Amino acid sequence: MPKITFIEHDGTVHTVDAENGSTVMESAMRGGVESIVAECGGGCTCATCLVHVDETWFEKVGPPSSEEEAMLDSAFELKPTSRLSCQIKVTEALDGLIVHTPSYQGR
Amino acid sequence: MSETIKTDVVIIGAGPVGLFAVFELGLLDIKTHLVDILDKVGGQCAELYPEKPIYDIPGIPFITGHGLTDALMQQIKPFGPTFHLGEMVTTVEKIGDPLFRVVTDRGKTFEAKAVVIAAGGGSFQPKRPPINGIEPYEGKSVFYAVRKMDAFRDKRLLIVGGGDSALDWTLNLQPLAKRLTLVHRRDDFRGAPDSVNKMRALVAAGAMDLKIGQVTLLEGGDGQLTAASVKGNDGAVTRIECDAMLPFFGLTMKLGPVADWGIKMEDELIPVDTGTFETNVPGLFAIGDINTYPGKLKLILSGFHEGALMAQKAHRYVYPDKRLVFQYTTSSTNLQKKLGVA
Repeated sequence: MPKITFIEHDGTVHTVDAENGSTVMESAMRGGVESIVAECGGGCTCATCLVHVDETWFEKVGPPSSEEEAMLDSAFELKPTSRLSCQIKVTEALDGLIVHTPSYQGR
Repeated sequence: MSETIKTDVVIIGAGPVGLFAVFELGLLDIKTHLVDILDKVGGQCAELYPEKPIYDIPGIPFITGHGLTDALMQQIKPFGPTFHLGEMVTTVEKIGDPLFRVVTDRGKTFEAKAVVIAAGGGSFQPKRPPINGIEPYEGKSVFYAVRKMDAFRDKRLLIVGGGDSALDWTLNLQPLAKRLTLVHRRDDFRGAPDSVNKMRALVAAGAMDLKIGQVTLLEGGDGQLTAASVKGNDGAVTRIECDAMLPFFGLTMKLGPVADWGIKMEDELIPVDTGTFETNVPGLFAIGDINTYPGKLKLILSGFHEGALMAQKAHRYVYPDKRLVFQYTTSSTNLQKKLGVA
């Protein structure tokens, strides 16, 4: 089972087990990562599950789709590696993934 | 002070659960007024997932949020509910036994025998950008909505965002403003293509400015903005002089004023009796995502069930002397008359 590490804005580290086929957002919710809000429940319609993918992982994770890119317009403090975690599917290739969560998800 | 609207029940929230409550109350001859902060009906179905599929509405294998909202509007049409959209209920006060006074942020006042809170995750409110020191400007020179266009006449305006709200207000306010600058984080807009084209034409004609980047710093004093700094994607910072800023970053759900109405709450949710969906205040009900009870699931179908049971108890407050006889729409001529099908 792949493991994902969430590093929160204040330095809190959560390493959670993630199911293949689920999303990084769902893994965060199950792992109690409170800085992921996911107001819309994973529909790519609210931009409150923003993460900044660690630079060492961004190539493997890849860039957002155009739908996700449009939704990123409603997020804040964006970086070149910012993604919505509900749009990142967990696979074995992402075992060990590190993402950073922002201090503010718009609420 | 406007006239008080007297009705049987005020429903706070016009999402799917609030809409279906109109149906269940209507079958019992109970008249309703609905208030919603959004300018459209449907709640989260309209705001968060109008085009996304919902697979767990009983008997409907697949429907979009928009489709469900339309179907519910058709279903409740016979009961002629009155909608008050773009308004937020600010206070609910018990003034009788049972009688409630409900007031909105637009100064409307209702008197109702029962109140149903179907407010879902709370009220959709504009996202506030995390710019240091923005608070003192909010409501004075930073605005998340436009109520009176004329307030922006001859002002230097900064509009921030890339969706339809940002573009629509850019096009509406550009003729009035002294100078208008649209700021967006990328040179690509998700708003309606026609609006994008019109905006680009204005920029090409030199009638307004477009700046790509993020607002990082505000300057001013006593709530009056004088300039903002925009950091471009190349890291270069541009200072733009302005009198007002309008950020449009979409909406987020906030609990809102519900917590101030004297209702017992638990973790921003309202505990209810599962036989009646009444709160600790008699005559005040809570249905849908905003309530909590053992085993609660935040499903639309649960909210529908809650509305049906709520209506039975609400009937006692609206018609204290009438005995309620349970009837089926399939077989009751009385109910079919109300639905306009008999």
